[in-house]
Amino acid sequence: MKRTDTSNPDYFHQVVDCQWGCPAHTDVPEYIRLIAQGRFTDAYMVNRESNVFPGILGRVCDRPCEPACRRGRIGQKPVAICRLKRVAADYREDVSDRLPVIPRQKNGKKIALVGAGCASLAVANDLMPLGYECTIFEAQSVPGGLMRYNIPAFRLPVAVLDEEINMILDMGVEIHYDHPITSMKALLDEGYDAVFVGTGAPRGKELNLPGRYDTENIHIGIDWLESVAFGHIEKIGEKVLIIGVGNTAMDCCRTSLRLGAKDVKVMARKPREFFKASDWELEDAEEEKVEIVINRSPKEFVVEDGKLKGMTFEVMEYDIDNGRITDTRITGEEFIPCDDVVLAIGQENAFPWIERDLGIEFNKWEEPAVDETTFESSLKGVFFGGDSAFGPKNIIWAVEHGHQAAISIHLYCNGLDLNDRLPDTLNLGSRKMGMHEWSYSNDFDPAARRIMNHVPLGERFKEITREVELGFDAEQTATEVERCLNCDIQTVFFDNLCIECDACLDICPTDCLTIVPNGEEVDIVASLKAPRLEKDQPLFVSDGLKQTGRVMVKDENFCVHCGLCAERCPTAAWDMQKSILGFPKAKNYVEDDSCQQRKAG
Amino acid sequence: MTYIKKPRIDLPGRGRNEIGLTMRDYEGGLSTLCAGCGHDSITAAIVQAFFELSTPPESVIKLSGIGCSSKTPAYFVSGAHGFNSVHGRMPSVATGAMAANRDLVCIAVSGDGDSLSIGFGQFGHVVRRNLNMLYIIENNGVYGLTKGQFSASADPGSKAKKGEVNVMQSIDPVSTAIALGGSFVARGFSGDRAQLVPLIKAGIRHRGCAVLDVISPCVTFNDHEGSTKSYAYTRENYHPAVYTDFVPPAEQIEAEQKDGEATTVTMHDGSRIKLRKADNAYDPSDRSAVMHYLEDRRTKGEVVTGLLYIDEDLPEMHAIAQTEAEPLSGRAFSDLSPGAAALAKLQKGMR
Ligand SMILES: Cc1cc2nc3c(=O)[nH]c(=O)nc-3n(C[C@H](O)[C@H](O)[C@H](O)COP(=O)(O)OP(=O)(O)OC[C@H]3O[C@@H](n4cnc5c(N)ncnc54)[C@H](O)[C@@H]3O)c2cc1C
Ligand SMILES: Cc1ncc(C[n+]2csc(CCOP(=O)(O)OP(=O)(O)O)c2C)c(N)n1
Ligand code: SF4
Ligand code: SF4
Ligand code: SF4
Ligand SMILES: [Mg+2]
Repeated sequence: MKRTDTSNPDYFHQVVDCQWGCPAHTDVPEYIRLIAQGRFTDAYMVNRESNVFPGILGRVCDRPCEPACRRGRIGQKPVAICRLKRVAADYREDVSDRLPVIPRQKNGKKIALVGAGCASLAVANDLMPLGYECTIFEAQSVPGGLMRYNIPAFRLPVAVLDEEINMILDMGVEIHYDHPITSMKALLDEGYDAVFVGTGAPRGKELNLPGRYDTENIHIGIDWLESVAFGHIEKIGEKVLIIGVGNTAMDCCRTSLRLGAKDVKVMARKPREFFKASDWELEDAEEEKVEIVINRSPKEFVVEDGKLKGMTFEVMEYDIDNGRITDTRITGEEFIPCDDVVLAIGQENAFPWIERDLGIEFNKWEEPAVDETTFESSLKGVFFGGDSAFGPKNIIWAVEHGHQAAISIHLYCNGLDLNDRLPDTLNLGSRKMGMHEWSYSNDFDPAARRIMNHVPLGERFKEITREVELGFDAEQTATEVERCLNCDIQTVFFDNLCIECDACLDICPTDCLTIVPNGEEVDIVASLKAPRLEKDQPLFVSDGLKQTGRVMVKDENFCVHCGLCAERCPTAAWDMQKSILGFPKAKNYVEDDSCQQRKAG
Repeated sequence: MTYIKKPRIDLPGRGRNEIGLTMRDYEGGLSTLCAGCGHDSITAAIVQAFFELSTPPESVIKLSGIGCSSKTPAYFVSGAHGFNSVHGRMPSVATGAMAANRDLVCIAVSGDGDSLSIGFGQFGHVVRRNLNMLYIIENNGVYGLTKGQFSASADPGSKAKKGEVNVMQSIDPVSTAIALGGSFVARGFSGDRAQLVPLIKAGIRHRGCAVLDVISPCVTFNDHEGSTKSYAYTRENYHPAVYTDFVPPAEQIEAEQKDGEATTVTMHDGSRIKLRKADNAYDPSDRSAVMHYLEDRRTKGEVVTGLLYIDEDLPEMHAIAQTEAEPLSGRAFSDLSPGAAALAKLQKGMR
C-alpha cells in the first residue's frame, strides 16, 4: 500500500469521531478541555463558532456526536458531550464583547430571510458581521421557529432561547413579525440581492382512518404542541393515545401529562428496535410513567355520538432477521379506550406560497430541488436551508445549512462561482511538554458516564415550563470531562525516525499498532495485532521503514489517545499533536478580516 | 519509561486462553527501563508465550540477578513467585528453589554482564547441572544499568558510545553453553518476536537447562554506529539458521507443505518442536558440527539465530541426583527437619 496521506484534513478529522459526526464540526474535545480548566466562556465561544446556539443545543441537540464517540467502541457509554455543552453555557460569563463586531458601514447588499427559525438565524449570524443587511419575515409573533413552539419549555426554557436568539437579532437584523410571506413572486419583486427560505417543514402528517373527522379530540402533534406553547390549549383528557414513536411523540406524551392526562400510551407499530425516538427521550418519557405499547397498528377511531371512545388497533407480529423485518402478520385486534389522540407520525415540507412558474423546481413530493453543497435552488439567488431544504432534520443540521448558505449568498452577491469553496484546513501542533508530560490529560480514566439529575417526579408536573434536567454539578462535570479521550490529540508518525524496536506496539493498551511487511490491503489487515472491526475507521500505513522496509500500520478504531506510544518511542517517531481543523465560514471569504473590521467598527 | 500505567481496557472480542485468562493477565508492573530498550520487547514476548501456553501464573517462579535485564521479571506475570537476587548469583538461588520445589516452572532473566562477567562461574555450573529452567540472557554487549561499560559479550573491535574500541575477546554464551554440555541452546533477537515466542515456549517446556541468548539492543548506550549489538547491525547481519515452531501436545502438526527439510523433536511433556532449517546441512543435534558452524559464522560477523542445539535425552538435576518425585516443599516440616536425635543417628551411620 501507498503511504496514507495524512495531510488531507479528512484523515485526522475522521479520527475525532464526535467532530466528524457533528454536522457543524464542533471542536468537541477542545471545548471539553476548556471546561476541565474552568474556562467556561472560552468553551462556550468554541461552540458558538460552529453551532451558534450552545445553550439551546446543550439541552436539546440530537447529538449525532454521541453515538459516534470512541468511548462507545471500547465497551463503555459515550462521553456526555451534550451535557457538557450545557455546562459551558450554564457557567459562562457575559460574551457580548466576544461577539463579532458589526460594521456600521454596510456593504449595500440586502438579503431577505423567510422564517425566523434556526436556519435563517444562522445565516444572519454569519452575514451581519460582513456588512450585509438582513431582513427576516416571520409568520409568528416571536422568533425561533420549532425551537420555541414545538420543543416544550420543560426541555428548553424560553430564557435560554431568547438570550441566544437575541445575540443574533441584536446584530441589527431587521425582523418583521406576524408577517407570513404569501407570495414568493411578490418577495422577489422587492429587489433583494438574495433570498433565503428557512420556513421549516410545517405540515404534520395525517392519518386518514375511519372516524378521523368525526370528533374534535384528534390532534396533529406539531400543531397541538404549538397551540400549547402559545397558551391556546391548556388541558387534555385523562386517557391519551399518542400515535407514533418518534421524538415528536415523546414531546406530545410528556406535554399531555403536564396538561392533566393520567394515562398516556404511546402506540408503536413496530418493536422497540425500530423506534425513531432517541434513547434519552424514550427514557425520560418512561421515567414519567408513559406506557409504550408495541406492535399495534392503528385501524379505526371509534367515535360514538360525536364523542371519541377510543381506537381499534391491529395486533401485529413480525419475523425479524438481523434487524430487518422479513414477514408481517396480523394476529388480532384490540380496542383501547381514550379521550384524546395525538398524531405524531411525521412532518413534511409545504410551499403553498411559492408560485410554480418562477423557476424554482419541485419534485413530485413537493420538495424543492436544492443543491447539496451550495443550497441554491434552481432559481439563481434563491437559497433554502434547514427543514425546508431536504425535509425535517434537526437544529444542528439547520445551523450547518445556514453556514453553507451564507457562504453561497456571499459568493453570489459578489458575482463569484458558488462552487468555488475554500478547502477545509489542518494544522498540527505538538502537545509534548517534557519526557513524560503532555499538555493534555492523557491518563485513561475508566469512570462511567455521569447521569443527569432530574427534578423529582412529584415536582415536575406542577408547572408546564419547569425544566426537568438540572444540568451537571461540579462533581459530575469534573468526572465527565476526564472521560473524554482527547481524540483530537493525534498520533503523528515520522517514518524516517522509527528503528523498529516494537516499544510502541507493546505498550499500546488496545493493540492498534502493528509493523508488517508491506503488501495488499487485505494482507496487511489480516496480519494486524487486533482484528479490524470497523471498516469505516481510518487505517494508517507508513512508508517503508528504514531498517527492514516493513511498514507501521495503525488502525485508528480503538486508539484511546493515551500517548503511551509516543512516550515509549526512543526516537520520537510518534508524537502527540493537536489537530486544529478549519471549516471555512462566510467570514473566511472576506479578505480584510475581523481584526480590521474591529478597528473600522 | 512512562509515568502513567498502561491502562487496562477490556475490548470486545479479545481472546482468553485455556484457563480463561487474557494476555493482559500475564503482564506485570510498569517498566522503568529506557523507552525502546530491547529488554521490554523480550518481556512482551514472555508475556505472550506464557499466555499462549496457558500457564497458571502461580505455578511460575521468575528469578534474576542485577542489571536492567534483571529488573524485567517485575514487568511480567505479576501473579508468579519471584526472587531478584544478587549480581551474578541467580543460578544458585534458582538451584535452591528448584531443589525445594521441582514442580515449579522456572524462568530466569539475566544479562550479559550478570552471566558472562561477574556470574560466569555460576552460569557454567547451572548449565552443567542441567537445572530444569529457562535461562534467558538479555544480551546488549554492555552493562546498561551502570551506564554502558563494555561487557564480556562485547565483540572485539566494536565501539562504545563515546568512541573507544573494545580490545578484549568476547564470550559467546551460545557456544559456551554448548561446550559446557548444555541440553538446549538457542539465540533470538528482541526485534524478531515471531521467532522469539516459540523459542521461549520450547525453552519453558524443555526438561533441563534451556539457555536462550537474546540480542537485545541497549538504545541508550549501545545502539550507535560501530556497535555490533545495535538494532541496525543485528538486522543487517541477521542469519536465522533454523526456524522454530512450537506445537503443544494437544495440537496436530499441520501437514508439511513446502519445507521438506523440517524435523520434529518431541519433548518430555508431549509437545513438539518443528525445526525448519534455513541451511540444509544444519543439524541441531550434532554437537561438533554445530560448534564448527557457529565458529565459521562468527568469523563472518553473522548473528546466527534459532534453536541451535538440542539434546532432549540429557538428564536434568533431579534425575542426576535421583531425588524423590514429590517436591520437598510439599513435605511436612517434621519430615524435612526430623530433629536432633534423627540427625545424630544419621551422623552415626556415617562414621
Ligand atoms: C416536536 C418536535 C420536537 C423537536 N425536538 C428537537 C430536538 O429536541 N432537537 C433538535 O435538534 N431538533 C428537534 N426538532 C426538529 C427541529 O425543531 C427542526 O429541525 C428545526 O427547528 C428546523 O429549523 P428551521 O429553521 O429549518 O425551521 P423551523 O424551526 O421550522 O422554523 C421555520 C420558521 O419559519 C416560519 N415560517 C414558515 N412559513 C413561513 C412563511 N411563509 N412566511 C414567514 N414565516 C414562515 C415559521 O413560523 C418558523 O418560525 C423537533 C421537531 C419537532 C416537531
Ligand atoms: C556485586 C556487584 N558488583 C557490581 C555491581 C554493579 N552493577 C550493577 S548492574 C551491573 C552490570 C549489569 O550488566 P548486565 O547484566 O549486562 O545488565 P544490563 O543492564 O546490560 O541489562 C553492574 C556491574 C553490583 N550491583 N553488584
Ligand atoms: S495513543 Fe498510542 S499507545 Fe495510546 S492507544 Fe493510541 S496508538 Fe495506542
Ligand atoms: S517505539 Fe518508535 S522506534 Fe520503536 S517501533 Fe515504535 S515508532 Fe518505531
Ligand atoms: S540503559 Fe540500556 S539496557 Fe538499561 S534500560 Fe536503558 S536501554 Fe535498556
Ligand atoms: Mg548488558
